[in-house]
Amino acid sequence: MNIPLAAVVTIIYIGITVYLSWLGFKKTRSAADYLIAGRKVHPFLLAMGYGATFISTSAIVGFGGVAGFMGMGLLWLTFLNIFVGIFIAFVVFGKRTRAIGRHLGAHTFPELLGKRFQSKWIQIIAGALIFLTMPLYASAVMIGVVRFIEQTFQLNYDIALLGFAFLVMGYVFFGGLKGVLYADAFQGSIMLIGMIFLLIFTYYHLGGITEAHAGLTELKAQLPQKFIDMGHTGWTSMPKFGSQLWWIMVSTIILGVGIGVLAQPQLAVRFMMVNSGREINRAIGVGGFFILMTVGVTFVTGSLSNLYFFKHFDKIAMQMAVDPATQKPNIDTIIPIFLNESMPQWFTYVFLLILLAAGMSTISGLFHAIGTAFGRDIFQQIFKQATHEKTIVITRIGIFIAFLITVFLAYILPGSIIAIATALFFGLCAATFLPAYCGAIFSRYITRNIAYLSMGCGFFTWLLWILFIHIKESSALGLCNLLFHKPSLVAGSVIAFVDPIVIALPVSTIVALIGTLIVRSKNNVSA
Amino acid sequence: MLGFGDSWVFLAYMLSILSTVLCVTYSIINWNNDLDSISKEDISWLEEEVQVEEEL
Repeated sequence: MNIPLAAVVTIIYIGITVYLSWLGFKKTRSAADYLIAGRKVHPFLLAMGYGATFISTSAIVGFGGVAGFMGMGLLWLTFLNIFVGIFIAFVVFGKRTRAIGRHLGAHTFPELLGKRFQSKWIQIIAGALIFLTMPLYASAVMIGVVRFIEQTFQLNYDIALLGFAFLVMGYVFFGGLKGVLYADAFQGSIMLIGMIFLLIFTYYHLGGITEAHAGLTELKAQLPQKFIDMGHTGWTSMPKFGSQLWWIMVSTIILGVGIGVLAQPQLAVRFMMVNSGREINRAIGVGGFFILMTVGVTFVTGSLSNLYFFKHFDKIAMQMAVDPATQKPNIDTIIPIFLNESMPQWFTYVFLLILLAAGMSTISGLFHAIGTAFGRDIFQQIFKQATHEKTIVITRIGIFIAFLITVFLAYILPGSIIAIATALFFGLCAATFLPAYCGAIFSRYITRNIAYLSMGCGFFTWLLWILFIHIKESSALGLCNLLFHKPSLVAGSVIAFVDPIVIALPVSTIVALIGTLIVRSKNNVSA
Repeated sequence: MLGFGDSWVFLAYMLSILSTVLCVTYSIINWNNDLDSISKEDISWLEEEVQVEEEL
């Protein structure tokens, strides 16, 4: 590994990013500048900028690794990411969110809910939930980058984490929180070019598209018995219907993230920041293509890594990813190991930049949401008389606390956690916020009390399911074991693998729907 | 079916590509549509947004 060369490439990249951020900052100082700059900007810049904010390292490293274990069934998530996360989110949710957000004068997601339902407590509760739980997702994004640094430079994980944490802190506190257009566009371009190269190189290496897929299909003969018992049928077919693996793939990975993306606070804010519906129209095409080339390519190459590893090392991906310390496979290292083993050395440096780009732009968006949740949604709502200067200080303290929690989580969380932590956070957002958010922007009959009830039922159903049913978390959290002396109330049954979103989202949706229908019928009667 | 082991994965592969085509087509057709006029609401929203940014 040529460390000086890698360091030089990284420093040049950071230098360009800082310069472009400064350039963007210099050009847009006032609201009017911002408005004009937003309307005159070249569509290519806008398109690449959007692309950079869509994708996180969690998607590339974490979910790519999951594809290395579970296979190409994960492409259903790519489909949902594009169709639900881009098309539906932008066409259906984006324009309404922008119009209503601007009309109400809302600048954060909790503020949108709070102002729409005329309740400061909805804003405070939603802000608190974001402040307390978003660091979990931020830590997943952070782990994604750190695992790659660990593998590429053969560094100790803790040292890599410390180094990256300092870099993030510098970016967040001195570089400005919100991705500035030019810097985002630069990062987006690197990501797109890098992923196109990765796709072509992987297929070329394995003999072409059909040949690579067919080779992977034949590899199912190498499946360990343990995987077959879980319901694994090979890397180019879905797991056995209703099996443990099927539930994990479909309910946690595909539905949790595919649906959860609709109620992501930091993405809803993006819609409000857009200057016109025209920009939303333009972003849809690029966004869709970006997701296909990043998430889609990662899932395909993650799965195909099995074929590469088997040809060169006589092992499948999960055997390559065995952590020497724990002797257990760490899914999060599959993509880093694959890239370091299969790609030319210069490409691993480029990929490091892709991950830095993806990680930085996502983390800055997340800390933006966490900071405003703490300063504007919690502090300013409780202390209405607080001065502007005081709010600034409180917001920064909030970001710093969240930063420490994020680094701490990235330090203590076990291996194979990126996709699980991401899905957990996305599922929580969907179960708690999605029905109230839909009601807020689409229905005039949903009232404050219905919103409270829907959010409360969604959150507590999700929490109870995590504490007592979903074995992955209930066994780790230990409350179920303490009270009932077993890791899950349904341990031994496939229900223990059903993700909370499958139960909690229908509960909060039904509560919101019934409440809205009652109010509507009452209104009709009184009219 | 492009070498895939079952039709569900083949379907997901194709739907991913087709949904991208849908997104791109939508963008091309609506490239210049929905250019909303700048309202007073927009101006005051942006002024406050600059303040929020300052807080960060």
